[in-house]
Amino acid sequence: MLEIRNLAVEVAGKLILKGINLHIGEGEVHALLGPNGSGKTSLIMAILGFPEYKVVRGSIKFKGVELTSLTTDERVRLGIGVAFQRPPEIRGVKLADMLILCKKTRQKKKETGETKAVEGKPLDEDVLNAAKRLKFSEDFLRRDVNLGFSGGEAKRAEILQLLIQDPDFFLFDEPDSGVDIENVELIGEVINEMLQRGKKPSQRRKSALIITHTGFIFNYVKADRAHVLLDGKIACSGMPDEIIRQIMEEGFEKCVRECLTKENT
Amino acid sequence: MKREEVGEVERAENEKQLVEFPDEHKERLLMSGVDLSGKERSGSFIQKDTQILLALARHAGLEVMPIAEALETHEWLAEYFWKAVPADADAYTKATHREKEVKGVFVRAKRGVKIPFPVQACFFIASEHTAQKVHNIIIAEEDAELHLITGCATPEKFGSAVHIGVSEFYVGKNAKMSFAMIHNWSSDVGVRPRSAAIVEENGTFISNYVCMEPAKSIQMYPSALLVGENALATFQSILYGRGNAKIDVGSKAVLAAKGSRAEIISRAVATENAEITARGEIVGNSAGVKGHLECRGLLLSSSAKIHAIPALRASHSDVELSHEAAVGKIAEEEVRYLMARGLSEEEATSFIIRGFLSIDIKGLPPKLASQVQKMVQLSAEKLL
Repeated sequence: MLEIRNLAVEVAGKLILKGINLHIGEGEVHALLGPNGSGKTSLIMAILGFPEYKVVRGSIKFKGVELTSLTTDERVRLGIGVAFQRPPEIRGVKLADMLILCKKTRQKKKETGETKAVEGKPLDEDVLNAAKRLKFSEDFLRRDVNLGFSGGEAKRAEILQLLIQDPDFFLFDEPDSGVDIENVELIGEVINEMLQRGKKPSQRRKSALIITHTGFIFNYVKADRAHVLLDGKIACSGMPDEIIRQIMEEGFEKCVRECLTKENT
Repeated sequence: MKREEVGEVERAENEKQLVEFPDEHKERLLMSGVDLSGKERSGSFIQKDTQILLALARHAGLEVMPIAEALETHEWLAEYFWKAVPADADAYTKATHREKEVKGVFVRAKRGVKIPFPVQACFFIASEHTAQKVHNIIIAEEDAELHLITGCATPEKFGSAVHIGVSEFYVGKNAKMSFAMIHNWSSDVGVRPRSAAIVEENGTFISNYVCMEPAKSIQMYPSALLVGENALATFQSILYGRGNAKIDVGSKAVLAAKGSRAEIISRAVATENAEITARGEIVGNSAGVKGHLECRGLLLSSSAKIHAIPALRASHSDVELSHEAAVGKIAEEEVRYLMARGLSEEEATSFIIRGFLSIDIKGLPPKLASQVQKMVQLSAEKLL
């Protein structure tokens, strides 16, 4: 579903990603681990096509379509969705407005949809049910998006938007950082649902890339494959359980060293 | 003809003019909150240029009259004339004061009467080069409740004109008055409203001002003088300046009695070559008073200007006054966020602007509040 080849990305003239190769097939969930500053978030931003993340080399293909010349919204309408690590506050734009927007994007994949403000408009039942699933009251949906939200509320609001948008490929940027255990559990459950993890592997159609530096989320969501990003390169790939255990116990450097030794023997 | 007959002919003539109001003008008035059908309005007042076409009250305890007629009917009204707004305040009040035939509206909600629907007042300028000078007196007596919506407009394509409106609001003990004013001027009109409110004990005065169309120049600084204990005043302004518009709008509240409170909120969007000055002033000179000023501006072009000038003046140790002001351009990060949910850059930008303009309209009956909100959104959609 997502095919990244030899990708190099510059931010403000500085090379951040230095030749990434990554293939995520239909129905697969990949974990991307790495210390702060290794380039994890930059990879997500490059997949989304934010202008200051400049692709200097390589390609990103999604469902066979080259993404690098498309705008963010065009990529999103092909079926990509993202849960941000630190979403911005927007005064006057309600969480409910965001949900209606996500629903329109779901319905109008590949089309350009006109989106009007929705002040005071009642929400559809499925949107309300999704909100309930993530423990949001109807009153909460009338709040300005992310303004004064707690860490857990902001993360749940991101997951809620994805639940409604229902993309084919999910990007999760640190869905588990700064969130208490109950919230991580809930977020994990909903991610499993969205990614059809209850189905047999051959019947799964949804794919994801999950970024984390804590790894907590993998207590709830089983990944198919894990990668370690170090200094702008994928230093190591393998079975998630093994890699995550090693990182938790011994840190990134050692994990990568052992990984490289294994590959060389 | 006898006097009654003259009146009859005049009435018929006015009615004819109302019926013959062109659709495009009606549309323009609707955008200003004025519905000529009078549906869900407790009273209506329509003035075209310098001619009063309709003054109608449809609720017991409510009076809606041309101001000249009211001055004849109520001797006591002379006392209220130029009481909140001094006649010699500036050139515009002086010019209005000099008028021989005073035009404008008188609205009164009598003691204890709660008027269920808003009263609408419309000041329409249909002829170019008109100088429309009006003097309005609005009274909510003790325990009364009155909501007023005032629409001021010209046709969309229009030459030059001037509108000077003196409005004096008197809010009695425990009374509640809300005032929503929506302006839809064309780009060559000069606008000088001069208004002030006097609020007595436990009274509430709420003013909402919306200006989404590009007048050539608007300057106003409405004020509320809170003379009764625990009186409350709220001013909200939504301003959208484009073209070469010069908009200088502020609100002032004087907290002159114990426990009185005021809130002043404004949102200003400036694009093209527009220049907006958003002022606000709260004066606290009694014990236990509270005031808050919030002033936010959004600049959409590099040649537009916004000046945010909040001022707080305290002359008593037991006052709590605060303000926040922020002016800037749209945050890139917010645009990205919306693009990541499927909006194009342009759509994302207008989504953010519409959000910015959608402040909660406080104190109005819910239906009227959502109408005002809708008018803001409609105007924004037309522009963006």
